[in-house]
Amino acid sequence: MTAEPLIQLEGITKTFGSGAAAFQALKGVDLTIERGEFVAIMGPSGSGKSTTMNILGCLDVPTGGVFRFRGVEVQKLDRDQRSLLRRRYLGFVFQGFNLLARTTALENVELPLLYRGENKTQRRESAMRALDQVGLVPWASHTPAELSGGQQQRVAIARALVTQPDVLLADEPTGNLDSERSVEIMQLLQRLNGEGITVLMVTHEEEMAAYAKTIVRFRDGLVERIDRSAHAVEGSAV
Amino acid sequence: MLGSTLLLALREIRRHILRSILTTLGIIIGVAAVVTMVTLGNGVTASVQEEISSLGASNFIVFPVRTDRGTIRPFDEADVKAVEQQIAGVTIAAGTVAANATAFYNGQDWDTRVVGSNNDFLEAQSITVEEGRPFSKDEEEAGKNVCLLGLKVREAIFVPGTSPIGARMRLGGVSCQVIGVMEERGQGGNGADDDDAVYLPLKNVQRRFRGNDNLDYFVLKYDPSYAPSVIQDSLVDLLRERRLLQGEQPNDFNVIDTAQVNQALGAATGALTAMVAVIASISLLVGGIGIMNIMLVSVTERTREIGIRLAIGALAREVRLQFLTEAVVLCALGGLVGIALGFGASIGLAAAIDVPFVFDPMINLVSFLFAAGMGIVFGYYPASRASKLDPIDALRHE
Repeated sequence: MTAEPLIQLEGITKTFGSGAAAFQALKGVDLTIERGEFVAIMGPSGSGKSTTMNILGCLDVPTGGVFRFRGVEVQKLDRDQRSLLRRRYLGFVFQGFNLLARTTALENVELPLLYRGENKTQRRESAMRALDQVGLVPWASHTPAELSGGQQQRVAIARALVTQPDVLLADEPTGNLDSERSVEIMQLLQRLNGEGITVLMVTHEEEMAAYAKTIVRFRDGLVERIDRSAHAVEGSAV
Repeated sequence: MLGSTLLLALREIRRHILRSILTTLGIIIGVAAVVTMVTLGNGVTASVQEEISSLGASNFIVFPVRTDRGTIRPFDEADVKAVEQQIAGVTIAAGTVAANATAFYNGQDWDTRVVGSNNDFLEAQSITVEEGRPFSKDEEEAGKNVCLLGLKVREAIFVPGTSPIGARMRLGGVSCQVIGVMEERGQGGNGADDDDAVYLPLKNVQRRFRGNDNLDYFVLKYDPSYAPSVIQDSLVDLLRERRLLQGEQPNDFNVIDTAQVNQALGAATGALTAMVAVIASISLLVGGIGIMNIMLVSVTERTREIGIRLAIGALAREVRLQFLTEAVVLCALGGLVGIALGFGASIGLAAAIDVPFVFDPMINLVSFLFAAGMGIVFGYYPASRASKLDPIDALRHE
């Protein structure tokens, strides 16, 4: 391990479309994220937070600037190389859960391992361990339709965790949940962060952002302000 | 990886079982049609060949035809002798006549055919004696009252299990002694049933049943080292000469070359097979387009799933492989169903049109592989489209 930061954004720009219809979503974002951080990305819609998240998740590439992940310049990688980065180091949690329907919780969690070429026994073992981390072992053989929203999101988190990634990217993870479930999910993310995983989360709810150690606020395609270790939620774990 | 891809494909197909069946219908029908037609074609070929071989192992069949003036001039033994002796390469020439008669024995009777044929004719036609003995030279020359039974005649008037050899039976008004029973033959080439016949020396039938020395037709065999066309030419020349036909007068007889008949039938079957191949290709092409269509629908329906897989880290080729596998499995299953249907249909139809069922493993294997190949051809574009989806757009897809 080098002293290099986990994630480094330098002068990141992103333009959608071209010519007169061109829209510059990011206008030069600089951001450094260290290992073990819990970052909440906030901002009004159109501020560039989702675009940033897609770039951080190696799903999209910036138009300009340098994005270093573990020292690798991601903007120079091709599609498949970025897929391999995601496969090895990133876990995704989405607002809409994005579980495969008619597929059990266990199989959903096993999915990323399939692309790692692990055998069935290894897959089952790791998937059960991940389900255990989110407290869903008894629901392993249930399909998403048989689970509540909160449970579905926990399955999604287990799926993100199963590969033991460096970074967990959560895009509005509580957006589809009531406040009670939301708190459960945030506490879970906080606990996982406490166990060493770096968490990047997009949210528009201040209460949720409060669980993070760092809040990055976006406005008009730029980082407006960074609040570090602003406050920890009263009574929360860790 | 491939194992789980395969399982996944099967599961997807099962999930949309009705759609899968309807989609593969084109392939199922195409494959079933090919398998059925080729199998039946083989059966027809086999039965035609059997029929041709029962035309006789002889090479030429010669018979008189009606002239413009409406007369028929039959051949006689002198013609046959001349052919045998004067044409180089001819090994056997033998004539035959037939007449209808009722066979009687021990109170049983049976309407059948008496065939006048010496051993030469039987040999040329590959009609063999199974039990007893063939005619002796003496019996042939004297036209004695001895006979060889076709299998059906034996079954009709003799008690099963007893040997008819030595028995005296009656054919119409003629009494004869049974000296042998023929091997089973099946349908003869001239439409007559060679098993439903009693064979007597040629002279006997000519004298007692027909009352003249005429022949219905004669057959000949030749040494295979001679060119058939040369033999046929000299045969025609000789017969024209014997029948005093002048230069421009047409032949009042016909020579059938069984090898040529064989060839013509082969060509006909070949043309039939080619036609089936064309029809099948069209059906398979339509089927393939159906597969492509449903795979495109499937890719659209599962856009979000593809997005999830890509986000999780699936490579483009892994997504492509998944959809390609699904298309191939779908087609291969269609192929299997088609083969099963074709198998059943060919057994049923073969029985219905009375041809033998000839199982051809090759056509089954080829059809199956072809069907699976269709999956690759028509599954590639949808699969490649799936693999090129943008993960962000795909995840947003409703």
